Amino acid sequence: MSAYRITGETGEWEVIVGLEVHAQIVSQSKLFSGASAEYGGEPNTHVSLVDAGFPGMLPVLNRECVAQAVRTGLGLRAQINLFSRFDRKNYFYADLPTGYQISQFEHPIVGKGTVEIELSDGEVRHIGVTRMHMEQDAGKSIHDQDPTRSFIDLNRAGVALMEIVSEPDIRSPEEAGAYIRKLRQILRYLGTCDGNMEEGSMRADVNVSVRREGEEGYRTRCEIKNVNSVRFVMQAIEVEAQRQVDIWESGGEIDQETRLFDHVKSETRSLRTKEDAHDYRYFPESDLLPLVIEQSWVDELKAALPELPEDKRARLEKEYGVSRYESGVLTAEQSVADFYETVARGADARLATNWILGDFFAALNRTGRTIEDSPVSAEALRELLSLISDSTINGKIAKEVFEDMVETGEKASVIVDRKGLRQVTDTGAIEAAINDILAANADKVAEYKSGKDKLFGFFVGQTMKAMKGKANPAMVNELLKKLLAS
Amino acid sequence: MSLDARTVAKMARLARVGLSDEQVHTYQKEMQGIIGWVDQLNEVDVTDVPPMIGTGLAQPRLRDDQVTDGDCREKVLSNAPDREGPFYTVPKVVE
Repeated sequence: MSAYRITGETGEWEVIVGLEVHAQIVSQSKLFSGASAEYGGEPNTHVSLVDAGFPGMLPVLNRECVAQAVRTGLGLRAQINLFSRFDRKNYFYADLPTGYQISQFEHPIVGKGTVEIELSDGEVRHIGVTRMHMEQDAGKSIHDQDPTRSFIDLNRAGVALMEIVSEPDIRSPEEAGAYIRKLRQILRYLGTCDGNMEEGSMRADVNVSVRREGEEGYRTRCEIKNVNSVRFVMQAIEVEAQRQVDIWESGGEIDQETRLFDHVKSETRSLRTKEDAHDYRYFPESDLLPLVIEQSWVDELKAALPELPEDKRARLEKEYGVSRYESGVLTAEQSVADFYETVARGADARLATNWILGDFFAALNRTGRTIEDSPVSAEALRELLSLISDSTINGKIAKEVFEDMVETGEKASVIVDRKGLRQVTDTGAIEAAINDILAANADKVAEYKSGKDKLFGFFVGQTMKAMKGKANPAMVNELLKKLLAS
Repeated sequence: MSLDARTVAKMARLARVGLSDEQVHTYQKEMQGIIGWVDQLNEVDVTDVPPMIGTGLAQPRLRDDQVTDGDCREKVLSNAPDREGPFYTVPKVVE
């Protein structure tokens, strides 16, 4: 694929991107307190005195959150650190009651890993993961309820997050999009994050810098905070890189700073530069002992991991003979892959693939349903396909039956019987129909015999019409050839 | 290592503590004493000694993942200097 470049006045520029993705860990309760981690809820009800930063309250680590972090690390093919430690990241903000966030700075639980991404032209790239650590989420500030005051809801304060930090390996908006989508897919497969970007379960800080083509090393980067959709991440990179190129080319300098992306104006803006913004004065969290986990526990978690997207993809290709493209679509969501396998197992796999990627997905789109509440179950679709395979109905009738299934929710065999759609394989009946057609179209028969081969399709069509679409197509072809030749 | 008045003023700002010039001077002297002591500790060569974080005997207690707390809004809000319905309120902070 041709590399992504920004063409400036003075030449070509390359874009360098690193992403810090914050992913909410799936758990019942918070990282350090027994309050509910569920999204939503009445304001300030999913809050314990620990979360509200009351004096003397002590954090107690949630074992399942640690397990989820380890699973995620394994899914990223990363090193798991048996020794890790929590640190305090100090800053003042109204939605952070303690004045510090408990995070992991020096000794994260997960070390180097890698994420494989595939671009639209099929090129595969590996994006390095620098590290991943656990930390607490902050509360929510609501600014639009009152002219002079901000309202604070601490329901999210203390919910467990994983921060996944990538190497500056990303070279284009497309790669950034592919990386986040892939990460989301892995986390969803693992069940460690629901990947719901609308609810803020995943959000990204985007580090962007540019350099001239062929240049070594990196120039000063800017960090765009809290971008909450794949599309916005891609747009933010594009406009921020262009802004930096313009500044370098006009002889300016880039200041290392935190910026925010305004998707309405499609621009990034400096968050009022706070010179101290990065002075977090980290120090070891004195309320928590270092976290030491056993290799045997890591092995146990590893043994129980679900099949990961890449592995599933390779297996579908091997077991069901689907193409690289098809396996990508079928494994995008675990639920789709499960559905597919339920249909394809014990059916004609090619037929199953074509039907699911074709008529079935079209029906989901049309009815606005998802695979989880599909109007046609995997079992029902498999039955339909078996009726095609055993020649009870032909492919064209099957489409009609399928539409009926979508509408009524009835079984394929029931619909076939109700509508009398069973395929006609009785040679005599088909021959009789053909003879009628030929007799009624003597002129066309003469034309055909004088060399107008294309008319064959006309006779097929007429025959199928006369038989209400229920004739076996192969038999119609065969008999027509025979009768036209006589 | 010596500590200048500017660094003391910056630390105070980071900690949201307001200090008069006179107080800066006082704390500069006091903190310089602490730093002098740390400098003294730094004279010991610990190159091959791993940092001691605990005794090695203590393991952190881990919790099971169950909802056992929360749902105590009135308690949580009881010390709020200002509130509005179910929310804490603070002077407007907008960037």
